Amino acid sequence: MKIADKTTSAVSMVKEALEKAKQYEDYHIFVSLNEENALKKAKEIDEKIARGENPGLLAGVPYALKDNFLSEEGNTTASSKILEPFHAPITATAVEKLEKEGAIMLGRVNLDSFAHGSSTENSYFGPTKNSKDKTRVAGGSSGGSAVSVALDIVQFATGTDTGGSIRQPASFNGVYGFKPTYGTISRYGVVAMASSLDCVGFFASDPEDIDLLMTICSGQDPKDQTTLPDFYDQQIGDPRRAIRVMRAGSPGAELGEGAPSDDSWGSTQQDPNTPATSQFAAQKIGIVKDFDKGLSPEIKQAYEQEIETLKEQGYEIVELDMPTLKYALPVYYIIQPAEVASNLSRHDGIRYGFRAENIESLEDIYGKSRSEGFMPENKRRIMIGNFVLSSGFYDAYFLKAAKARTLIIKEYDEAFEKCDFILTPVSPNPAFKLGEKVSDPLSMYMEDVLSVPLNLAGLPGLAFPVGKTADGLDLGLQLVGPRRSDKRLLTFAKELKEQK
Amino acid sequence: MKYEITIGIECHVQLKTKTKLFSEVDNDARDKEPNSCVSPVDYALPGMLPRLNKEAVKLAIRAGYALNSKINLYSRFDRKHYFYPDLPKGYQISQFYHPIIGEGYMELPNGTKVRIEHAHMEEDAGKLTHFGSYSLVDLNRAGTPLIEIVSMPDIHSAADARDYCKELWRAMTYAGVTYGDLYNGNMRFDVNISLAKPGAKELGRRAEIKNLNSFRSVERAVEYEYDRQSKILDEGGTVKQETRGWSDASGKTTSQRSKEEAQDYRYMPEPDLPPLRLTEDFVKEEQDKVPLLPRDYRKSFKGKLPEDTLEVLLDYQPLMDSLSKVKDVKRISNLYASVLLAEEKSYEMLNDLPSAKQLDDLAEMAEKQELSSTGMKEVFMKLFDPQMKNKATRDIAKELNVIQENDTGALEKIVDEVLSDPACAKAIADYKSGQEKVLGFLVGQVMKASKGKANPGTAGQILKEKLA
Repeated sequence: MKIADKTTSAVSMVKEALEKAKQYEDYHIFVSLNEENALKKAKEIDEKIARGENPGLLAGVPYALKDNFLSEEGNTTASSKILEPFHAPITATAVEKLEKEGAIMLGRVNLDSFAHGSSTENSYFGPTKNSKDKTRVAGGSSGGSAVSVALDIVQFATGTDTGGSIRQPASFNGVYGFKPTYGTISRYGVVAMASSLDCVGFFASDPEDIDLLMTICSGQDPKDQTTLPDFYDQQIGDPRRAIRVMRAGSPGAELGEGAPSDDSWGSTQQDPNTPATSQFAAQKIGIVKDFDKGLSPEIKQAYEQEIETLKEQGYEIVELDMPTLKYALPVYYIIQPAEVASNLSRHDGIRYGFRAENIESLEDIYGKSRSEGFMPENKRRIMIGNFVLSSGFYDAYFLKAAKARTLIIKEYDEAFEKCDFILTPVSPNPAFKLGEKVSDPLSMYMEDVLSVPLNLAGLPGLAFPVGKTADGLDLGLQLVGPRRSDKRLLTFAKELKEQK
Repeated sequence: MKYEITIGIECHVQLKTKTKLFSEVDNDARDKEPNSCVSPVDYALPGMLPRLNKEAVKLAIRAGYALNSKINLYSRFDRKHYFYPDLPKGYQISQFYHPIIGEGYMELPNGTKVRIEHAHMEEDAGKLTHFGSYSLVDLNRAGTPLIEIVSMPDIHSAADARDYCKELWRAMTYAGVTYGDLYNGNMRFDVNISLAKPGAKELGRRAEIKNLNSFRSVERAVEYEYDRQSKILDEGGTVKQETRGWSDASGKTTSQRSKEEAQDYRYMPEPDLPPLRLTEDFVKEEQDKVPLLPRDYRKSFKGKLPEDTLEVLLDYQPLMDSLSKVKDVKRISNLYASVLLAEEKSYEMLNDLPSAKQLDDLAEMAEKQELSSTGMKEVFMKLFDPQMKNKATRDIAKELNVIQENDTGALEKIVDEVLSDPACAKAIADYKSGQEKVLGFLVGQVMKASKGKANPGTAGQILKEKLA
């Protein structure tokens, strides 16, 4: 990460980024630019540096904020009409941590409305274009994030990944995209999509940068009781550990009445499989049988090529039989819409956000505001979600899916007894044409077939670039690790990159 | 009775935590501006997550103990969905599949056992006030911790329904779970009522009377429903399964929502909260803190107090607590029941009762006849005077000048004085001629001469002896 110092000022970094953002306006990356605040903050950083004070680990680094993170800077729209007027009075924990280290939010970037989609075409503000081909999709839902990094406007971008929303756009744009273990980074202040699947993660052009961002943003948050006890920096001799110790004493870490100050009453999820902290070197890479079916020739070739390279580098390739994974997509498209429908209930036009006009009754407030405020894909998921939760269908759909999810988790646990990481494609094809799938929701959902199993199991996954198609489109693959192997995974990716 | 009535009751209890169930704002909204006790979590801003209040869990554990229930070491939260402006998230966080409190029972004063099906934690909703063409929303109450206690259909009379609610109220207030202020909705009762022919194998169709907030209204609503439903059945009709409201003013229930209009709550496990896992030790530690409950007092005072006095006093935990510390339970309980509770401001006086030592001394003085019953009551009331707080009972009695003269020597002297008083000559003559009732007059004269300090019984005794 290039940070501001005595030779490069934060102001010049921010100005340069702003210029690039404007230069690439036709890609439709940003929902809003944070020009004024960003420049003001950059100036403050420069003053700190001049005074010899510690400006933070991310001093003056401009970044792009996916527009589903709450921050007091600008409106948090989730690229939706219903939240278009919404100005948050609070800031997400992850954003707070970034800003504390001196990172500067350059602007808010586009996504599929409420992160529902795989192309950014479901954004109320229109689609973001692919960094290599403007007639193609950026991927989604974090399309704006991926393209902002791919075009080198910012050094990193935040994202959220519920079923592939970081990894797929990363692979469509030739950058690294990381989805951590569920519960590693606080979801507090992030517009929820499906709570049991949502993960905050990052886009960058180097796994080392992502490692730094993880060190800064990970950690148990009393405001999010699904966060895991701190583990990220406890693996493999971490030079930045001292930072963490310092931060533990910060006011934000204090527990209130409602927080689990200890585990004696047991409100935090305990995972018995905490990995060892000893030195680690990956040896066995798993590949999933039949996972190469239905891939486009380019992806298939890149996948096979990568496997060959790994073999040549001395890694043992282990073929895994994971028959339950084929149910991951249907399971995902039950659990996810159910949680979506529930989480979107709060957008009712009563307290904040968009309220329709010509209201004559309470039903009007709800009906009209939601009908006009949500995108068709939002509504589709609300319908599916309410259907699978409705009385008489709950057992047949939601409960069954929840049980299948447990089996998928088990299957991964067993797989990781045989290998260190699993290598799979991220999506079956490279970036598709704008408009190609938007009217065919099922084929759009199929985009997620290789990315959702991880979310169901809460596993970390890293999308990394592996080359280009003949047409110059980016190709990516993903590495999947066991729960809490995040640091090892990023370290491994670093090694792979260095070996190339 | 022509029909057998079957009643099951759901009771919502507001917990007296400092902060709300899932946020850190003040849980006590009394006398506060509308929407002034609302956090971004209660307001349901996007991205907000619930944060379970440990105190609420502790109080639920206490409640479970008071309900003779086992605490489920594994419980979890679920979302109950419906749209209404008093419910900011569009769902209520409740416990549908795995409640924290398992099966238990409450025993009524008449010995009837009402089984508890389960009790669960959940958050309260806000409040709506309607004004013709518009309504105002106050979210101060949104997120207040509740437990909902669900009984089995074990109640079969209006009186038992009332007593069950009262026993719940007593148990919950004694256990320190709630302030128990019914007027302010700290406890609310939903009463399910059905009628069937005696001996019928199946229960009849039920109506649910929602949101009753006094024991009296529970009793009246059940009585009204019995009449209403039996009339329908008499005419060969069927009772509609529906939700009904009760009006204290009209003394009637009215239909609110029929079964067909009932909501599908689309329950779903709450993904924002991990399952609540408790340890045996944590549960035990909390349950050990529960003070004596009505059932404990009933046991320990059995036979020592008339049952009706006990039932009256059981409404007042401080009195039971005080009684459990005094020696002369009978005398003190009588003072509490007939003197203290007759006071207009007794409710305030309950907060600052005399010490056990003061009460023991009072009882002892009465026992030794150093105090007349009037004198005892006078001293008793004086014990509540803030200025007398730290004084010994005897000193107060002296100050009031009500200690009876029991010294026979001194009394004999007074009696002699009275007997030699010429004004009494006629009475003495009358007594000697057999008119024994004039003795009262002579005792009165002794009392007068002693300035009221003589023990009238002893005085009469001495008079009799001297006149024999």
